[in-house]
Amino acid sequence: MSAVFQSIAPRPSPVKTEGLIPWIRTNLFGDLRSSVATLAILALAMYFLPGLFSWGIAHAVLKPDANVCQEARGTGACWGVVVEKFRLIVFGRYPYEDQWRPLLATTLLVALLIASCIRYFWKPWLALLWIVIVPAFFMLMGGGWFGLASVPTDSWGGLPLTIMLATFGIVLAYPLAVVVALGRRSDLPAIRSLCIVYIELVRGVPLISVLFMASFMFPLFMPVGKSPDVLIRVLVGITLFSAAYLAEVVRGGLQAIPKGQVEAAQSLGLSYWQTQRKIVLPQALAMVVPGIMNSFIAIFKDTSLVTIVSMYELTGALGLALNSDADWRPFKIEGYLFITAIYFVFCFAMSRYSLWIEKQVGRSKTR
Amino acid sequence: MTSHAHHPHPIISFDKVNKWYGNNFHVLRDIDLAVKRGERIIICGPSGSGKSTLIRCINRLEEHQEGTIKVDGVELTDDVKAIEKIRKEVGMVFQQFNLFPHLTVLENLTLSPMWVGRMPKKEAEERAMQQLKRVRIAEQAKKYPLQLSGGQQQRVAIARSLCLKPKIMLFDEPTSALDPEMIKEVLDVMIELANGGITMLCVSHEMGFAKAVADRVIFMDEGQIVEQNSPHEFFNNPQSDRTKDFLSKILGH
Repeated sequence: MSAVFQSIAPRPSPVKTEGLIPWIRTNLFGDLRSSVATLAILALAMYFLPGLFSWGIAHAVLKPDANVCQEARGTGACWGVVVEKFRLIVFGRYPYEDQWRPLLATTLLVALLIASCIRYFWKPWLALLWIVIVPAFFMLMGGGWFGLASVPTDSWGGLPLTIMLATFGIVLAYPLAVVVALGRRSDLPAIRSLCIVYIELVRGVPLISVLFMASFMFPLFMPVGKSPDVLIRVLVGITLFSAAYLAEVVRGGLQAIPKGQVEAAQSLGLSYWQTQRKIVLPQALAMVVPGIMNSFIAIFKDTSLVTIVSMYELTGALGLALNSDADWRPFKIEGYLFITAIYFVFCFAMSRYSLWIEKQVGRSKTR
Repeated sequence: MTSHAHHPHPIISFDKVNKWYGNNFHVLRDIDLAVKRGERIIICGPSGSGKSTLIRCINRLEEHQEGTIKVDGVELTDDVKAIEKIRKEVGMVFQQFNLFPHLTVLENLTLSPMWVGRMPKKEAEERAMQQLKRVRIAEQAKKYPLQLSGGQQQRVAIARSLCLKPKIMLFDEPTSALDPEMIKEVLDVMIELANGGITMLCVSHEMGFAKAVADRVIFMDEGQIVEQNSPHEFFNNPQSDRTKDFLSKILGH
């Protein structure tokens, strides 16, 4: 005869997994293989870190004195080059006494970008702020108003140019990419072919050649003096180039949406655009947040290629600052490490923001 | 014309409808069908017989290549306006529920009234809550679909399709994806709906449900309507060998 069923009350796990020591024990020294890997990585760090510390910090020269730097070469880093050339690296060829203008304009733009990333600020006046700050950015940079000296776009440079190209490249490429991705899946053969040709054509050439064409070849086909500013041409080049890649990322998301979602929307009477806007895109874009952010980060760093058409953004400005000065030319590594740190700050921020977005859009799907 | 010709205005009529998938798969063959206003029809048949395709032609999720289909007096053509008009009159429930996972239950229901029916949000929400009460799931309004059980999701899907107050309801195997213990809660809702007088076409193998609510059972095979009759006659006195064979398979266990 079987016993009457007795329910068992839940009890805590006997193995402790919380806290630092148990964490290290289970994760770093859980078994033989993991212990060996941990020790190997520790050994590597011990081998390289002291040298890096000695070169980068202990024996580093902070004074902007080329002779002192020269003596420390090989044993210590020369951060003095950054101190000496700071303004030239950060602002490029922008007139020295007017450099408060790109500083102010870029600060406003970055503040606007940060505000746009925070849910609390997603209110109608944010759009108004964009309408105000974007023209203000160009008026401050370009001048010719309110007694500000006019600064032609080929003198713009450094970090402000990098941020500006990346921002407007991303803001313009993203909606274009969504439209192209939808077009590539359109039922209309003409639109579909157009989108495929565009994507394949752009993906088939390097960005450098797109920029080169935008800068040098495009004016050849325009009436003399009618060609738009080189900055606009380069921006259009970056936008068209990035949008093709982004469109394929977005298409990946579109393809992951089950057909049933579209059929349900259609059966409820929603039109094509309503279906895309309310049902397909919110789900598709949420699915490809990592890929989209990957493309955004790539756009940010690809702006460094505009040097090829004589626009001295951050990387170009560094070359400008050091190549022409024989005293400081040997200390390029330190200069590059400095701008690397700047690029890293921006790209890392974007990457962390992407994780936050993923969490936000993932909430509706969790059980 | 069919045996229902004496009803002057069928709400749905198929006249010599043919459809192919690709060049070779002739999925619907010379379909003639007239559905009376308020009629409740169960369509059954082996898989691949064209029964889902048949009802999906009614709201133009599938296009037919030959013949005419009229829904509530409007012929289905490429005309987008006509299609949108018909879709407002026709609700559909799918085997896989097809709820929108990024929207709450309430938002799933208000979407169509607000965007297709141009209804103010508050009014749409009131109507949605009425429909949720009708399917006995009002307390889940703020949850997301994937937080619900299959049976609850399908009841939400039924409520969603009712929000535009359709004249016709199409059910495409509504209980086939459900765990056995959840089938009844969905069928109960469907029985109530059927008793409310709505025109209903349901692809289903739930023979108990067919006996309880259907005015007519249609048996399809190889893209054709093989046999149609009242449930009593259909189950007790099937005419063709294929129907007998099919019934022996689904009632055999």
